[in-house]
Amino acid sequence: MSDTTSPIAGRELAAVAQLRIVPRRFYGRWVAAAAILAVLAWLVSAFVEGDIAWPVVGQFFTAPAILSGLGNTLIMTVCAMALGVVLGVVFAIMYMSPNPVLRGVALFYIWFFRGTPLLLQLLIWFNLALVFPTIGIPGLFSWRTIDVIGPFMATLLGLGMNQGAYTAEVVRGGILSVDTGQTEAAKAIGMTRLTTLRRIVLPQAMRVIIPPVGNEVISMVKLTSVASVIQYAEILRNAQTIYYANARVIELLIVAAGWYLLVVTLLQIGQYFLERHFSKGRGGSRKQRAAAVEEEPA
Amino acid sequence: MSAVQSQAGSDTAIVSVAHVSKFFGPFRALNDVSLSIEPGMVQCIIGPSGSGKSTLLRCINQLEKIDQGAIRLDGELIGYRRVGDELHELSDAEIARQRLATGMVFQRFNLFNHMTALQNIIEGPLTVLKRPRKEIVAEATALLERVGLADKRDSYPSELSGGQQQRVAIARALAMRPKIMLFDEPTSALDPELVGEVLNVMRDLAASGMTMIVVTHELGFAREVANDVVFMARGEIVERGAPDVVLVAPTQARTREFIAAVLK
Repeated sequence: MSDTTSPIAGRELAAVAQLRIVPRRFYGRWVAAAAILAVLAWLVSAFVEGDIAWPVVGQFFTAPAILSGLGNTLIMTVCAMALGVVLGVVFAIMYMSPNPVLRGVALFYIWFFRGTPLLLQLLIWFNLALVFPTIGIPGLFSWRTIDVIGPFMATLLGLGMNQGAYTAEVVRGGILSVDTGQTEAAKAIGMTRLTTLRRIVLPQAMRVIIPPVGNEVISMVKLTSVASVIQYAEILRNAQTIYYANARVIELLIVAAGWYLLVVTLLQIGQYFLERHFSKGRGGSRKQRAAAVEEEPA
Repeated sequence: MSAVQSQAGSDTAIVSVAHVSKFFGPFRALNDVSLSIEPGMVQCIIGPSGSGKSTLLRCINQLEKIDQGAIRLDGELIGYRRVGDELHELSDAEIARQRLATGMVFQRFNLFNHMTALQNIIEGPLTVLKRPRKEIVAEATALLERVGLADKRDSYPSELSGGQQQRVAIARALAMRPKIMLFDEPTSALDPELVGEVLNVMRDLAASGMTMIVVTHELGFAREVANDVVFMARGEIVERGAPDVVLVAPTQARTREFIAAVLK
């Protein structure tokens, strides 16, 4: 290279390197930003001038009925998601079992619960008493269905079973993502199928499973609002109950929207840390690991 | 030991393979293979790819199920329990227990990726043998020292070279205190400059009196360390004997061709 460059050109280039640099100007960006700001300002002023009583929003944001609704929303999110993940893992394992009956049952479950609308499933659970007036084991015990399956139970079963069908596919994908060599190595040190799954395969599948399941937790927070149609007292239903009485429709919907956004934001932050934890083997400090070996329970 | 003496059926053998066949669909991976191995012996198995040598190893620790024949390991029939004139298949848990007699080292290392070197080594003793953590951490640390990786105990597999991973894998297998070590082409996936460090660990292990079955393409290692070499082709044992015979002056044409091709 250097032998093809004459000394004069080299000197010229050195001089050029000293010149002042004028940054490129992005006129398009300025125009776009200005236009968007104008639209935003218009939207904000519309909401400020519009017929929304902001003090009412503030007043109801922490109203007892709203807070208890929020509590019920969160409880249902946790319970339905827990049920969904447990069912998801169980059915994913059944799906991958060498036993054709187990595989068939898992296939049917996933097919049915993914193939029908959630709202319809909720209505079926809620109206189960029409089909089975009592449930239980014949001769041992039985309850009246209407006592057992109220709004809470119907919502839990509806959301949980539906979630399980989706999570089963996510878990199956996660398990498949783990190299078969890992299973063979686990077998070679004398692990049984279930120990291998629990100690070796699932922890590594987690890296693939956590991001979509985290997403689904966030979806679930909002999905619980569907349960308002079967009288489960979650936040949207309580907001509705209030606005039926005081006619402050938009104000109460804004209250509910504010809480959903707040919860989802917190969950997104949590998801970030969870994903970092499960990317083990791809980071973390040496010292932390050394400490972890000594403390970690068997 | 001569090839004739060590046909299946020797009473002192720690591994006896008798008339074993294995099919993958219509493909016959093993065809009526018989082999017996005495305690403390280093048995090398060589042969072209697809000759069934890895399959034989995987049958011995039951990663593959045999279709015909029988294998006896440390005095115990594997995979089955004999009830009168019948062989009853063993349960998952019983097969897992039988695998404890063997330690396996894989071509592709297969270290548990979510665990550090130390965690990989203590996992088996901890969850399978249920031994106290303190004791096995001390033992695992000693094993890491033995394979020359004391400073890597808290490294994840992704931070180790292939040679280092394979040495951790050997330590992981040894931590279970197996009676026999099985090596499935332990250096085939390694960069050439890393082969030596793994072979050194295996050499030390052989010197310590461990019974070893080594499937390998490292003819130099086989000649130096093996007590006996088997040449396999197309699922059959073609030739068996002392390394200086099989590797230097083989009697069979197929063995000669293979060795010439490898040394080229």
